[in-house]
Amino acid sequence: MILTAILAIILAAAIAPTLNRVLPALSHWFLALVPLSAALWFATQVPGVTAGTPVLETTSWAPSLGVALSFRLDGLSLLFALLICGIGAFIVIYSGGYLRGHPREGRFHLFILAFMAAMLGLVTADDLISLFVFWELTSITSFMLIGFNHEDARSRRSAIQALLVTGGGGMALLAGLVLMGSGSGEWTLSAIAASGADLRTHALYPAMLILLLLAAFTKSAQVPFHFWLPNAMDAPTPVSAYLHSATMVKAGVYLLARLNPTLGGTEAWFWALTIAGGVTALWGSAMALRSTDLKKILAYTTLMALGVLVLLIGIGSDGALKAFAGFLLAHSLYKGALFMGAGSVDHGSGTREVGELGGLWGKMPATGLFIAVAALSMAGLPPLLGFVAKELIYDDIFRNGHYLALAALLLANAAMVAAAATIFLKPFLGAPTKAAAHAHEGGAALLAGPGILASLSLLFGLWVGLPQGLLGAAADAVRGAPLGLELHLWHGFTPALGLSALTVALGLGIYTGQPAVKNALAKIQLATRIDHDRAWDCLLALLDRLARRVTGWLQDGMLHRYLAWIFTGILVLLGATLAVRGGLVWPGISLEIEDALGGSLALLILGGTVGAIRARSRMEAILSLAITGMSVALFFLLFGAPDVGITQLMVETLSAIILVLIMAKLPMLPPGSDRTRAAKLFHAILALGLGGVVSAIMLAVLDQPLALDLSHFFGDTSLLEAHGRNIVNVILVDFRGFDTLGEITVVASAGLGVFALLRARMGKRGRS
Amino acid sequence: MEVIMALTVGGMVAGAVYLFLSRQYLRVMFGVILLSNAINVAILTVGRLTTGNAPLIAQGAEVMDRAAANPLPQALILTAIVIGFGLLAFALVLGYRAYQEMGTLDTGAMRVAEPEDMP
Repeated sequence: MILTAILAIILAAAIAPTLNRVLPALSHWFLALVPLSAALWFATQVPGVTAGTPVLETTSWAPSLGVALSFRLDGLSLLFALLICGIGAFIVIYSGGYLRGHPREGRFHLFILAFMAAMLGLVTADDLISLFVFWELTSITSFMLIGFNHEDARSRRSAIQALLVTGGGGMALLAGLVLMGSGSGEWTLSAIAASGADLRTHALYPAMLILLLLAAFTKSAQVPFHFWLPNAMDAPTPVSAYLHSATMVKAGVYLLARLNPTLGGTEAWFWALTIAGGVTALWGSAMALRSTDLKKILAYTTLMALGVLVLLIGIGSDGALKAFAGFLLAHSLYKGALFMGAGSVDHGSGTREVGELGGLWGKMPATGLFIAVAALSMAGLPPLLGFVAKELIYDDIFRNGHYLALAALLLANAAMVAAAATIFLKPFLGAPTKAAAHAHEGGAALLAGPGILASLSLLFGLWVGLPQGLLGAAADAVRGAPLGLELHLWHGFTPALGLSALTVALGLGIYTGQPAVKNALAKIQLATRIDHDRAWDCLLALLDRLARRVTGWLQDGMLHRYLAWIFTGILVLLGATLAVRGGLVWPGISLEIEDALGGSLALLILGGTVGAIRARSRMEAILSLAITGMSVALFFLLFGAPDVGITQLMVETLSAIILVLIMAKLPMLPPGSDRTRAAKLFHAILALGLGGVVSAIMLAVLDQPLALDLSHFFGDTSLLEAHGRNIVNVILVDFRGFDTLGEITVVASAGLGVFALLRARMGKRGRS
Repeated sequence: MEVIMALTVGGMVAGAVYLFLSRQYLRVMFGVILLSNAINVAILTVGRLTTGNAPLIAQGAEVMDRAAANPLPQALILTAIVIGFGLLAFALVLGYRAYQEMGTLDTGAMRVAEPEDMP
């Protein structure tokens, strides 16, 4: 059923462009039905999964490689699947309204549904290899989505940047997963967890950890790989709302949570995650305060949220993991609503600049209400789900005494309060600005998504029992053992509540003192002078130059040098294999008297070869080659191959005739040698080396007994079944008739090629 | 005898490779001729050499005499010779046309696909 859901979404993606052409005004409503029904199906699985029985599904995929398409739905996967399909359905509806009349609306739905399918596969995959495949699919589809406005150079750059960063992480993921698989001997996540193989004590644990963290940190935009996420905001708003809040960037967080039971809990894990998460959270909140574009503010607060999630997994105490599950849901709901709301503001008023907005409340009351609710959740105020989640975080961190993390979280959360205030208060209250004059609501499609998500933020906050079961199951899955999560809106007067109050006060302080804060932040940034974007460009330019340099050196346009490279490669590979595998044998020469004739032919052949090399004139070379060719023909005749000998004679004669005919039209060989002394020496060594290798291979082959089964088969059946006494002929025209047909075709094509070449006079007159 | 021919083939391959590495198109062609001959000799040799006694079924017999030469390599070589000839003819004419267009047979000076000023 999981696979069916994924396939159904892919199918919906495939028909999206056509459907959009047929029903331009309604297609998004129909398309949204697919993820919506998937979400409903996932919802029906909640009771079972909460009760502790994950759903398992296995479809054989590449059995010879041991790769299966296996899916597993536990609490964590189910929470993600519901977010992906549920938010996804509203995103599809929303983008229908947002892109109304856009010429590529159908294509947009194609991309976003394909992305949805990939993401769904990623969070439900149990098999390591399918996990990787879906991971890469999300990178590729998000590249399409970020670069949707492909006429815009900035969009293209951002898309490529995101693809390179997350795709590079994907490579690390593959290597890390392979290490995990070979280290534990199991290739599914559930089997690795069940096998009890302790990967933490494995010799390759550091390598696994580094590779998998690289993957997760690039995907989830943790410092120092954070720079692509704000740039990715060049995408249309529905993409930002979906990929960069609820889903794709959380893939890295998902990976960390998924691996926590198998790889987590070590010192290295703790420090890597808490430092990256803490720094990302602080950096994100600082940048959020400095930004004035609604979408940029939201992008940076997303960075902050991702940092907090990573930090919580890193701390890894029971309470932290419970808080992780709660905050994951709360953030997805409010951030999705806020992004869509910001998109509606942009859509309705034509700008996202906070400074140009004001007094929208009168014009866009519904959007304003939804943004207000979501912003309250982001600020962590009761009675919203954001408050519940933040209490969980504070409670645990305070109790475990991670005071440094607590300070970071306090600052980041205060920044969230200020950001939430900026997002709601500035655009909607105060005197109407010019932009607000013609602002308007965007219709049902634009309101459904933010409305539902904001309502859920409120509903889950008031009725915490509703999401409690699923969140508990998710937290259990991250721990790998039952935790018993209980959610309460009201905890009583606890230290956490005090911290919340402090956060809000600090946040409002920052909001009112914003110009001063901005100045201070700008100074700090100037002092640190880290421009990641610039560094990224430099890195790419450097790679480019390196590639040019290497290519210029390896491929300088001189044919003989290319050939020298190829020959060197062959020589090294073959020679090394022979030497390592013990293929060098010397059977010894025992000359019989009847070998005298053969031996003299060999001498003639070698003489002709030397003559061809030393020839200074063309005629000399042709004669030398003829000596070799004719000796080869005689050699065939001598050793029981008359047919081959006759053919060789004919072809040798024809070749000589063609050579002479063509040479009449060609210039003489230039006098003197065409190589320098050094080149002569190098080429001679290369040539003798390759000749030696070929001889060695032949000697090694001759050292082995010859299997004559096939030859005897031909000898035995040639007359009785194919009615021919000349076995070579019968093989050619009967047993291997198709081979001969192929051969004739090749010769015919060569003939046609020659004909075409001689007829074609392309470009000659044009150029001269 | 096989050992002698193995060394001979080595010599032919060495000569062919040396000719291949030349800057003169014609010498490269000589290398092609030499190499295809060398490989044909190699195939016959590793199928073992039998003096005389072609792989024919004598009148009155129904199956091949087991002492006759191995027929399989011969069939392969026959195909190879003909295809080698096709290749040579095409390559020669290609060189001829290249000379007409570019006025040189020095492969180092044939730079239509990769001009000198390319990075």
